[in-house]
Amino acid sequence: MKIIVLVKQVPDTAEVRLDPKTGNLIREGIESIINPDDRHALEAAVTLKEKHGGKITAISMGPPQAIDAVSEALGMGADTGILLSDRAFAGADTWATSTTLGKAIEKAGSYDLILCGRQAIDGDTAQIGPQVAEFLGLPQVSYVYDIEKVTKKSMVVKRRLEDGFERVQCTLPAVLTVIGDMNHPRFSHVGRLIDACKEKARINLWNAADIGVQTRDVGLEGSLTNVARTFAPKFQREGEIMKGDTAVVVKELVAKLKENMLI
Amino acid sequence: MTVWIEVDLCNACKRCVKTCPYGAVEMKDGKAHILEHCTSCGSCIQVCKPKAIFTDVEPKAIPDFSDRKGVWVFAEQRNGNLMPVSLELLGKAQELASDLGQDVSALLLGYKVSGLCKTLVEYGADQVYLVEHRALKDYRTIAYTKAVEDLVAAHKPNVLLMGATHIGRDLAPRVSRRVGVGLTADCTELAIDPEEKILLQTRPAFGGNVMATIANRYSRPQMATVRPGVMEARHHPGKKEKVIKQAVALTEKEIFTKVLEVVREKKKGVRLDQARVIVAGGRGVGSQEGMKSLFALAEAMGGEVAGTRIIVEERWLPVERQVGQTGQTVRPEIYIACGVSGAIQHRAGMLGSRYVIAVNKDERAPIFGVADWGIVGDLHEVVPTLAKAIKASKK
Repeated sequence: MKIIVLVKQVPDTAEVRLDPKTGNLIREGIESIINPDDRHALEAAVTLKEKHGGKITAISMGPPQAIDAVSEALGMGADTGILLSDRAFAGADTWATSTTLGKAIEKAGSYDLILCGRQAIDGDTAQIGPQVAEFLGLPQVSYVYDIEKVTKKSMVVKRRLEDGFERVQCTLPAVLTVIGDMNHPRFSHVGRLIDACKEKARINLWNAADIGVQTRDVGLEGSLTNVARTFAPKFQREGEIMKGDTAVVVKELVAKLKENMLI
Repeated sequence: MTVWIEVDLCNACKRCVKTCPYGAVEMKDGKAHILEHCTSCGSCIQVCKPKAIFTDVEPKAIPDFSDRKGVWVFAEQRNGNLMPVSLELLGKAQELASDLGQDVSALLLGYKVSGLCKTLVEYGADQVYLVEHRALKDYRTIAYTKAVEDLVAAHKPNVLLMGATHIGRDLAPRVSRRVGVGLTADCTELAIDPEEKILLQTRPAFGGNVMATIANRYSRPQMATVRPGVMEARHHPGKKEKVIKQAVALTEKEIFTKVLEVVREKKKGVRLDQARVIVAGGRGVGSQEGMKSLFALAEAMGGEVAGTRIIVEERWLPVERQVGQTGQTVRPEIYIACGVSGAIQHRAGMLGSRYVIAVNKDERAPIFGVADWGIVGDLHEVVPTLAKAIKASKK
């Protein structure tokens, strides 16, 4: 089974903090990690390979340092890696990103299955999986948390819904986006990781020309949406802060609640 | 494409540094300096007062979309039941449509679902586009995409909104790529720009640490998904229904997927989205034991208990009680945050609450910034005292 896994390197947003004085994002010292959902996709790919044999290619788009994410994917069990890196790719929305990834997948050769995480923690859009599927004209199943059955031409998976789940049969090749309930991702094998970081590691670096796209089709120029402005989330309320003896402040609060007819 | 700064013109005001969404501008020797990872997005150019920032990126031509009319809402139904978010979106769509001087349509796809048209009209749709086909009985990506694609091609809408449910987030990106338009996910605010008359789509970015307003100038319909619980539904009972039936040609062979089974798991009786009062615990609660007083307060006030991500990770509460970016969005009358520091990821899920009460030991906790009333103190004392006082006040 030939599997392609899409991985994204993201800042660990759980660690992101705001500067209390300026309200700005503190970026220093924030670690870059493989997007959590994508790690589950990698684990799913390695599990499938262990059961059915095959080959795994990890593909990532990002700045040159995103090679760390690809190396880690190799450490977890991917056979080869591709890093799509070009200044022309920068500033892409999901339209331009799915074009870039779609073109790269076409160039990477034949495949039976494409796996990716449901969404990335820095953007939370959950759009890349479906948009890549549409670009390639493949069926998709999103929010997958279990692969029940795999045959040559199809698979049966479980898809999470807010109020339950669905069992879906899907022809192959297909795109699956997976969620955290899928599995427990393994750590990188140290030996594999060391190999992956060596110069002869099987990681290809492709730029815009390599995948045959024009600058106007990718990155900021190829994007259909644009950031009109950014701002710090508003503190909407001018709160009244009460301090001191618990009994007194609670009494005060209850009075306020009554005043506003809340109790 | 490059962006550069003429250092002689730079007055070191640092506006560009603060504005850059990518952290790609920094101060060096008293002047702003653009770093390698700049994406040429142009945000800094707009805020630079002395006009010291230049670019060679040519602005893209905006096509003429004057024939694109109407605000559309995808009316998501499961097993014949409308999802509440669709009605919430119809509420917002009326506002947007009135700002545009256009009308509101609902798209209803399914099999034997025409009975829902009345509800959609009563909640704000001027008309319902109804597509019924056996192949649309269960939601399937490609079948639904095809039906929406046909409708869009036939009627050329200006705006298309979907709820950010597990189905909406599967369908919207597929449709956007199919019809060749941009899409903004999980918006928390939608508005029409008074001059340009485009849809301004605001959503949290970078894990909610920054809010970004996205414009979709180059393609139509302007597509966005919106999280459940963010917008307000408006009911106009008695409105006359207008239904436009559309046919769709679908064969099983081109759909590729089959739903073998749909299993509704029983809700465990928690409806945070409908609670009038929510008592939420954060890290400060300290232990499973500490949750008890929160439950007592919730009971005294007739509310539900919720928690932050930490509380759920510690397994002090089940995941269906999580509020925040990765949990639910709630908008109760009263939200009482106990020992919640107020990380942006959590605030994102509760900012719509009518009144917010915060109890925290640390006066500098960000939660106080979004509270109407804050009590600085130990929640283990304050919460039980408050529960008692509320019970007493009811007697």
